[in-house]
Amino acid sequence: MPAQTTPKNNWGLGTDNQLTLKSLHYRRQLLQYIKKAGAGHTGGSLSCVDLLNVLYNRVLRVSPETFTDPHRDRYVQSKGHSIEALYVVLADQGFFPLEDLETLGAYRSHFVGHPTRKVAGIEQNTGALGHGLPICVGMALGGKMDDASYRVFTLLGDGELAEGSNWEAAMSASHFGLDNLVAIIDRNRLQITGPTREVCDNEPLAEKFIAFGWAVRQQDGHDLPGLEARLQDIPFEAGKPSLLIADTIKGKGVSFMENVGRWHHGVPNPGEYAAALEELDGVLALLEANAQ
Amino acid sequence: MSATSHTAANHPAQQTGQANLEVFSQTLLELGRRDPSITVVTSDSRGSAKLGPFAEALPSQVVEVGIAEQNLVGIAAGLASTGKKVFAVSPACFLTARALEQIKNDVCYSDNPVNVVGISAGVSYGALGSTHHSLHDLAALRAINNIDIVVPADNFETRSAIRAAADQQHPIYLRFGKRPMAPLYAEEGTFQVGKALCVRRGTDIAFIATGETVHPALAAAELLDPLGVSCRVLSMHTIKPLDRQALIDAASQCRALITVEEHSVYGGLGEACAAVLLQEGIACRFRITGIPDEYTITGSQQEIFGHYGLSAEGLAKTAKDLL
Repeated sequence: MPAQTTPKNNWGLGTDNQLTLKSLHYRRQLLQYIKKAGAGHTGGSLSCVDLLNVLYNRVLRVSPETFTDPHRDRYVQSKGHSIEALYVVLADQGFFPLEDLETLGAYRSHFVGHPTRKVAGIEQNTGALGHGLPICVGMALGGKMDDASYRVFTLLGDGELAEGSNWEAAMSASHFGLDNLVAIIDRNRLQITGPTREVCDNEPLAEKFIAFGWAVRQQDGHDLPGLEARLQDIPFEAGKPSLLIADTIKGKGVSFMENVGRWHHGVPNPGEYAAALEELDGVLALLEANAQ
Repeated sequence: MSATSHTAANHPAQQTGQANLEVFSQTLLELGRRDPSITVVTSDSRGSAKLGPFAEALPSQVVEVGIAEQNLVGIAAGLASTGKKVFAVSPACFLTARALEQIKNDVCYSDNPVNVVGISAGVSYGALGSTHHSLHDLAALRAINNIDIVVPADNFETRSAIRAAADQQHPIYLRFGKRPMAPLYAEEGTFQVGKALCVRRGTDIAFIATGETVHPALAAAELLDPLGVSCRVLSMHTIKPLDRQALIDAASQCRALITVEEHSVYGGLGEACAAVLLQEGIACRFRITGIPDEYTITGSQQEIFGHYGLSAEGLAKTAKDLL
């Protein structure tokens, strides 16, 4: 059984400053554009942005130049509502200028509240929950059929696991032996109505996926070096799909947003925004001081 | 007239044909042998879909997902995104209801060119009860952007539709029944998605029929002929995009129009035609025939057709009442 992990608030300072710096900037940016748009999924974007940071900067073999290459790694964000985190990471990867996010949520903008292929870097349109994993099973299966070397990654929410289609796909993934498939669960344990265990308890989560034939690992979802080490060692077991249960904090990085339900899609007012940035900038200053 | 004209066979009932499902399977096997990217995805439905020979001949081009239609369509979309020419095959009743959101999002919205194949459609499973009827699928899919809807009538149309589907890089829904279908055309002409085929020429009544109701419409025309009623029969195999011009021509050249479909009278071919005609400013005598909005009776497909006036006799009576 994988070891239980508890997410920490130490930012991994001193271990990988480059990634930590990115995580802080991503948080500042996603808050900036959510505030400007007046809408967004703040809490979930803050809980998964470290996962996206590690994926796009250290794991995924994809770039704007290789995005149409059939051999690229695929990433499908099943928890599509946390799109603001993905947008800022894709911008940082050079898929589009960050300033394009000025149009987030605006009339006729392609930067809508869930992933669409109208935006460079997005593989599949998602947003209805329970769709990413079946699509990724198809992508990974296609890779196996063609003897291709690419890997397929998807990010799911823990609340999303109440959708039955996930479990249909979970069965298929092990049935087909898809060790080129990696699912990551952003387990922040909080959904729009309240704690996931109170809404529809999905525990014991690791045991469920193990019983479905997956190789399961658990990891602090904000421990950047730890995530990198985990995700560079895939498949977790030969012949099995890999599941990383990432223990995260909804709203992570802004203390008054952490583990508070209303920040699921809460938008900071000017005062809250200033306080959030002050907190993030404080960590940035600490990081810079440490670096010297 | 704009509809492609063909010479009608003498009388459909006097000739034999295969179930469109059988022709689907044979055509797919022919295509699959030539193109290894052709991939069939089934939900424990290869027997119902007559895909046994395909699975035996080309096992590496078959993906079995078990009884899980949502997963079927999601996987099909993922496979299509990697360049496979995917045929996602499952009974129409389950495929287009349980997996409707996957069709809407994973196939249509994401523009993954999956060929969604609803088998044993309409009331093909008539005696199994309403769980197994698909009388909603045309209505549901018509309201979804980025998918063509094709309901072939006979073996020629089926063969042509499968080939067209394999060639196009665009989502398509194909709908078949399982009863043997006699040939409608003495000579096989040109089949084109979006272009109605003229099965019979006439100027009094125009039957605008689709799928397995084209045969009873043609038989009704034969019944009406000795009575001096000249009937046109169009096979409106493509429900979306609808052949507007063939419809407008029929309305302007015939005295009355009757639409015929193995589907609810709500939201299918009939209402699609009505919308075109009204918006063209064409007021004509017009009837929508199909399955009414009620608890559907059970029985064989033919018995259900007879019950709801979709038999030759029933359609002939509707025509006489309308004139």
